[in-house]
Amino acid sequence: MTKYILRRILYLFLTLFIIASITFFLMKMLPGTPFTNQNRLSPEQLAIVKAQYGLDQPVFIQYLRYMGGLFQGNLGTSFQFNNEPVTQLIGQRLAPSMQIGAQAMIVGTVLGILLGAVAAIRKNTWVDTLATFISILGLSIPSFVLAVLLQFYLAYKWQIYPVALWDNFQSSVLPTLALAALPLGNVARFMRTEMVDVMSSDYIELAKSKGNSNWQVVTKHALRNSLIPVVTIIGPMAVSVMTGSMVVENIFSIPGIGEQFVKSITTNDYPTIMGLTIFYSFLLVLVILIVDILYGLIDPRIRLGNGGKE
Amino acid sequence: MEQVPKIPKEKFKLLHKKDDQAQESLGTPSLTYLQDVKRRLFSNKVATVCLILLGIMVLISVFAPVVAPHNPNTQRVEYSNLPPKIGNLDIPGFNGMQNMDGKSVDAYKEVGAPKGTYYILGTDYLGRDLLSRIIYGTRLSLIVAVLATLVDLIIGLPYGIVSGWKGGKVDTFLQRIIEIVSSVPNLVVVILMMIILKPGLVSIVIAIALTDWVTMARLIRAQTFQLKEQEYILAARTLGESSTKIATKHLIPNLSSTIIIQTMFTIPNAIFFEAFLSFIGIGIPAPNASLGTLLSDGQKAFRFLPYQMWAPALILSIIMIATNLLGDGLRDAFDPQSSD
Repeated sequence: MTKYILRRILYLFLTLFIIASITFFLMKMLPGTPFTNQNRLSPEQLAIVKAQYGLDQPVFIQYLRYMGGLFQGNLGTSFQFNNEPVTQLIGQRLAPSMQIGAQAMIVGTVLGILLGAVAAIRKNTWVDTLATFISILGLSIPSFVLAVLLQFYLAYKWQIYPVALWDNFQSSVLPTLALAALPLGNVARFMRTEMVDVMSSDYIELAKSKGNSNWQVVTKHALRNSLIPVVTIIGPMAVSVMTGSMVVENIFSIPGIGEQFVKSITTNDYPTIMGLTIFYSFLLVLVILIVDILYGLIDPRIRLGNGGKE
Repeated sequence: MEQVPKIPKEKFKLLHKKDDQAQESLGTPSLTYLQDVKRRLFSNKVATVCLILLGIMVLISVFAPVVAPHNPNTQRVEYSNLPPKIGNLDIPGFNGMQNMDGKSVDAYKEVGAPKGTYYILGTDYLGRDLLSRIIYGTRLSLIVAVLATLVDLIIGLPYGIVSGWKGGKVDTFLQRIIEIVSSVPNLVVVILMMIILKPGLVSIVIAIALTDWVTMARLIRAQTFQLKEQEYILAARTLGESSTKIATKHLIPNLSSTIIIQTMFTIPNAIFFEAFLSFIGIGIPAPNASLGTLLSDGQKAFRFLPYQMWAPALILSIIMIATNLLGDGLRDAFDPQSSD
């Protein structure tokens, strides 16, 4: 297990290194600099500004500098946002994104588990059909479509929640709901399949024949064993929640990193794009790594290699 | 050895040919694999409905220039932001009435449109026909989906087959590449590609295909590993068939179910990313319509003109739901064991 974790961490750094390098060179391939359009700058001024940002150096030196900065946790400075360091920009905007992301994951996963479990217990009844229908809706409808609809009805028409505001918990409800739909659908569906499998296994029969109540069988045996595989899809789900978060934050004007990312893309703020790309990649890769390790810890069959499987 | 008991001759009875034939005709006709798949697919009502829905959408998209009532990019500023109206039908929401200062007025009369003029889904802020824009937007989404899936196949299929067929060092090497590529988040690749390449159809397709082929390659590889142990492959090898011929004649036909199922999951993914990119403004450039840009425009105007948001949101959702459900249906049809 330790060897496995070490190997994965090595891969994590390798991946990040590759992403950072690719991002850097791709950004350098783009024609012009952020100052190209500022005609008011005289050639001398331009040279000074370029020197200030280190853009007068050969590309390779710039690359080494950038990578050196990365190791010290320096992501460069933004061109657009008052020369603020990118790390500072991210730091300021991390909290809202984390909040709605975490809320969405928790709400989606918990409701998904319940929905999937209920569907499996009441298999082939209308409850099952309804649950399947809900999970298909959650899976299929893109988070930004849902966000727009929620904003229109719950915020604008019925005025239950603010349209686009970020101050208290109230304002995080709609973005959370919009983002929670996908994990909900995913988990519900996965949970149902797993639970149906588990419910037909021998140990459930045994538990039933020992005279346990239905409730006991479900909570003590079925639910627990069906939950293990659900852990595997948490990683990919976190990734899609982060993807969705970019637009959802924009729709609800939440000052998070997703909104920042979109803004920097539309304003060609390259250092911010690069910094956020690397930061996003880091988060995503880290989440997947943690989930994989967790899964290995929970499920002994994986820890023992393939020996225990089937 | 056990002694075979002697059976007296009288116990044997000569059957007549007639009985034989009768017995055979009683059995159901044997189905080929594809027929079986078709039967299972069409017995699934949900999947059939989705197939029909998507079929209609594909037809409308293919014949968009004929079907669309107006040119999607023609601007008629004097007719901007007209509500939906279908002929002279008086259906609430589709009668061209608009709420202005608390009064319901005929928006078409207000702008002085001649009597025969009507827009089924209304017009946008530049007076472009929304229905035509949605038809063209859907067409674009479907084109992106088909192209992305094709590119996906072109990269993923050979990659997976080579990796699975060769095995050993080649496989290890190819799998390391996949491991690295797949650890880079889709979103990051897509956005980087969109920044580097000029926004447009081609770059969207490339960006999506670059991230999606990995799943395809992985599935194909796993399947190839199983298939290559089969007797018929061994037979083909013994007979001296070349590797390419084995791949095209034996492997690909047997991989077809995997390919079709995976394709059905690539399509909604591609449609999602296209709409997503267009929604945040780095996808399809103006003036061309995409479901993402239409929804984004609709969202900006929904306070006063909610109809502009409804149509693209609905169509996009329907496409996504239908492709997902059809994908499920196809998976169940190809591999009945996968469902309970």
